[in-house]
Amino acid sequence: MTCGSRVRTYLSLLSKWARPGADPSLCIGSESAQGLPSTDGIANRDRKLSTMRSQRSGSSIRARLTCAFCALGSAFYASAQGPKAIPSILAPASTPANEIYGLSLFVLLITGSIFVVVAGLLAYATIRFRVRESDGLNEPPQVYGSTQVELAWTVIPVLIVVVLFLTTARIIFAVQNAPKPRSALDVTVVGHQFWWEFRYPSLGIVTANELHVPVSTKDDPRPTYLRLLSADVDHSFWVPQLGGKTDLIPNHPNEMWIDPQQPGLYLGQCAQFCGIEHAKMLIRIYADTPREFEAWVNKQQRAGAQDAWVAQGRRVLETEACMNCHTIVGTAAKGTFGPDLTHLASRATIAAGAAANTPANLRAWIHDPDTIKPGALMPAMQLSDEQNAELVAYLSTLH
Amino acid sequence: MADRILPISGTLHGAESRRGAALEWLHTWVVTVDHKKLGLLYVVYAIFFLLVAGAEAMAIRIQLAFPHNHFVSAETYNEFFTMHGTTMVFLVGMPILFGFANYLVPLMIGARDMAFPRLNAFSFWLTALGGLFLYFSFIGGFGLYGMGSAPDVGWFAYAPLTAKAFTPGHNTDYWALALIVSGFGTLGTAINIIATTLSMRCRGMTLFRMPLFVWLFLVVSGLTLVTITPLTAAQAMLLIDRYLGGHFFDAQAGGSPIVWIHFFWIFGHPEVYVLVLPAFAIANEIIPVFSRKAIFGYPAMVAASVGIGFVSLTVWAHHMFTVGMTAVGNSFFVLSTMVVGIPTGIKIFNWLATLWGGRIRFATPMLFSIGFLFQFLLAGLTGIMLSVAPWNWQLHNTYFVIAHFHYVLVGAIVFCIFAAIYYWYPKATGKMLSETLGKWHFWLFVIGFHITFDTMHFVGLLGMPRSIYTYEPDRGWNTLNLVISIGGFIQAIAVLIFAWNLIYSYVRGKEAGNDPWDAWTLEWSTPSPPPSYNFAVEPVVRSRRPLWDLKHPQDPDWKYER
Repeated sequence: MTCGSRVRTYLSLLSKWARPGADPSLCIGSESAQGLPSTDGIANRDRKLSTMRSQRSGSSIRARLTCAFCALGSAFYASAQGPKAIPSILAPASTPANEIYGLSLFVLLITGSIFVVVAGLLAYATIRFRVRESDGLNEPPQVYGSTQVELAWTVIPVLIVVVLFLTTARIIFAVQNAPKPRSALDVTVVGHQFWWEFRYPSLGIVTANELHVPVSTKDDPRPTYLRLLSADVDHSFWVPQLGGKTDLIPNHPNEMWIDPQQPGLYLGQCAQFCGIEHAKMLIRIYADTPREFEAWVNKQQRAGAQDAWVAQGRRVLETEACMNCHTIVGTAAKGTFGPDLTHLASRATIAAGAAANTPANLRAWIHDPDTIKPGALMPAMQLSDEQNAELVAYLSTLH
Repeated sequence: MADRILPISGTLHGAESRRGAALEWLHTWVVTVDHKKLGLLYVVYAIFFLLVAGAEAMAIRIQLAFPHNHFVSAETYNEFFTMHGTTMVFLVGMPILFGFANYLVPLMIGARDMAFPRLNAFSFWLTALGGLFLYFSFIGGFGLYGMGSAPDVGWFAYAPLTAKAFTPGHNTDYWALALIVSGFGTLGTAINIIATTLSMRCRGMTLFRMPLFVWLFLVVSGLTLVTITPLTAAQAMLLIDRYLGGHFFDAQAGGSPIVWIHFFWIFGHPEVYVLVLPAFAIANEIIPVFSRKAIFGYPAMVAASVGIGFVSLTVWAHHMFTVGMTAVGNSFFVLSTMVVGIPTGIKIFNWLATLWGGRIRFATPMLFSIGFLFQFLLAGLTGIMLSVAPWNWQLHNTYFVIAHFHYVLVGAIVFCIFAAIYYWYPKATGKMLSETLGKWHFWLFVIGFHITFDTMHFVGLLGMPRSIYTYEPDRGWNTLNLVISIGGFIQAIAVLIFAWNLIYSYVRGKEAGNDPWDAWTLEWSTPSPPPSYNFAVEPVVRSRRPLWDLKHPQDPDWKYER
């Protein structure tokens, strides 16, 4: 038995107490009472339900506390504006995010209790011991200290620290050292100023900014393991509903994993300041059902369609500076500095999520990227309006 | 010698003599080596930069009040948050707290001046030069986007974004030089405070009769020596990388950006304690006086302070839970961070016990101190949450973290700074600050503070990262950000009231007298403001509260102290 696994066995004893089990029906009830908006094809209620079921049920007190926190969580959730989901860490949808969420409720419970006790004492002291008219100028009795009392309030925090540390360590090992199943999908994520490159080495796919991963269920676990690299400066990959963030640091490959349990679109963005356009380095992760994912893979593996009627646009791409930075499989463009455009039209956004992928936006972007994303590293392309229109017509066919 | 009347060339007649007198007055402030004048210079310098960095914060809040706002451009926003952070830490927090130390430590230990008065003056002017360097970049530090560009790499300035390849121009150089120069100033002051406390105490003042204020500054100064050094080393490496072909942080030539992260946080985390321990120092003086009781558990308070000092050196990598350490490494820093909670808890309980059974007077300094206690408690608890590494993977670099450290830096430290100014302004100027304006200041500030920083926690939980100049309208962060901005402006109004109070009371304030608060430490035995020689005769003390002994000859402290 290795040292690590022994630690984990020991820590798992604590887990029985630490993990917030909950009665799922109670939680869902409190959530729908808050009027949870359904968002963007993500069935939140169902997701929550399966999440809750996957956790062990605990004592009724803990169940109620957990539900109180769920209600709190859904209160944040109910503040959603617009049709898209808020990338909230309180709406976990993947095993690592769930583990963290459970742990966070436990920590919140402990720190909340400390707050109630100490803040209560403070409030009591400030009200009870305020100076009164009757006191006059008399000084109160002087007390210099008490060894017994001080020992007591040293020992109690020590015990709390022990409990908190052991539960935390258990989750650290559970998330960080989780064994990788054979069915896992590998994706290499490369951070660039200011966009994401996604490579699927086993599938031969390269794409950008919009990551497609299969849904992972208990019966068919297909977690996605992300290998995180950086081409220039530090970045951080973060999709709150799917897991914690991990940094992308030059020459320091990191790894993280996600296993979204419900299909749909998950939003995130770069979480480490990486330069002028750090704010518009957005991430979109599509969790696809197995069939959708297979279809997507098949399409991405084919070279993009090269329609004859847009040959003019293709010529612009191959003769102007575009090809220095971009790749389109099946053409002369083999640059690697910018995003791969082979299947550009299959993506919903351009410029790392900064704008919708429409012909008008594409034209504006090619004309001058600064209008959409000031400071983006792509230069204004100095094309004539005609060339620009032809190029956009061509790019729009790259499904 | 410093206060000697200096000959100013030209004849001194009529209007000219008035001008001459003004110049001479100015000159005394420039050449002074008096610890009190230098202390005031630090405080005025810091309040000036408080207003500057506050204005930068307001620009940041206007920009973020609405999604896709265009109040400032992306590059200006990045400059502002970099300058706001750097200024508040290096040009406001440390100078003002060392200013208090300069002014008060010699007075509290019954000394004539600091141990090294000339080093003291040198340190202040180095610090001032650092500030000048940093702000000169707005004019001279041209960056990527043309002339005059302030540093825009974040106050943490993670490599390799600071490399020549990613940040050409000179703005990062001004940033590095400013911190090196003001860092040397800080080191000088720290050495001076250590020497003063160890060698200049008056007769009878053993180490264990020093006011806790002085104890804490002794710990802070020791900590400063240990923490500023790696920062200075890191800046030197950065400049070598940028100009001399070094590769310390260059991953393409065998260096590592993670080296910078380690160096920065080996400085950066203890730095938080360099700032917060002086806040404790202030609370340790004010809370007992306004509760009318001796501090509860003096030896435990000393032990906890020294303990926090040592433990704080072992926790830096809790800023690095997301850079990809091993599970064992992460667990170690979880534990060391949580351990800080134990001595901190002891301190909070001791303050509560000091309040307990007292007769609390709610003058403005005490209001700010009670605010400090409440907010520091919450800041400590969100600190525990952040120390939980898995949760930190979610919370790191979000507005939750921003909320947490502003709870420490504003909710605890700035509140204590305000308390200290209301408490010691009468000593330094001879005039009381207006209590009416003080109460307006307190209530507006505390309300604005909670509107802003309580809300920030929630927007962080909803996934909003820090350092972004704008955000998408569909993420559910709009309303919360507007609320945060409104709270920010309420705080700004409160600070303006405070600044007005400083000026107004200097002219119109009530006479303070020697000892307006009926306090117990030695500085209150001198006239207000104290003469340049401080004490006409060297004081002799027999307990931790010399003035209590004088005021209560039947019931002196030295009979009971352990």
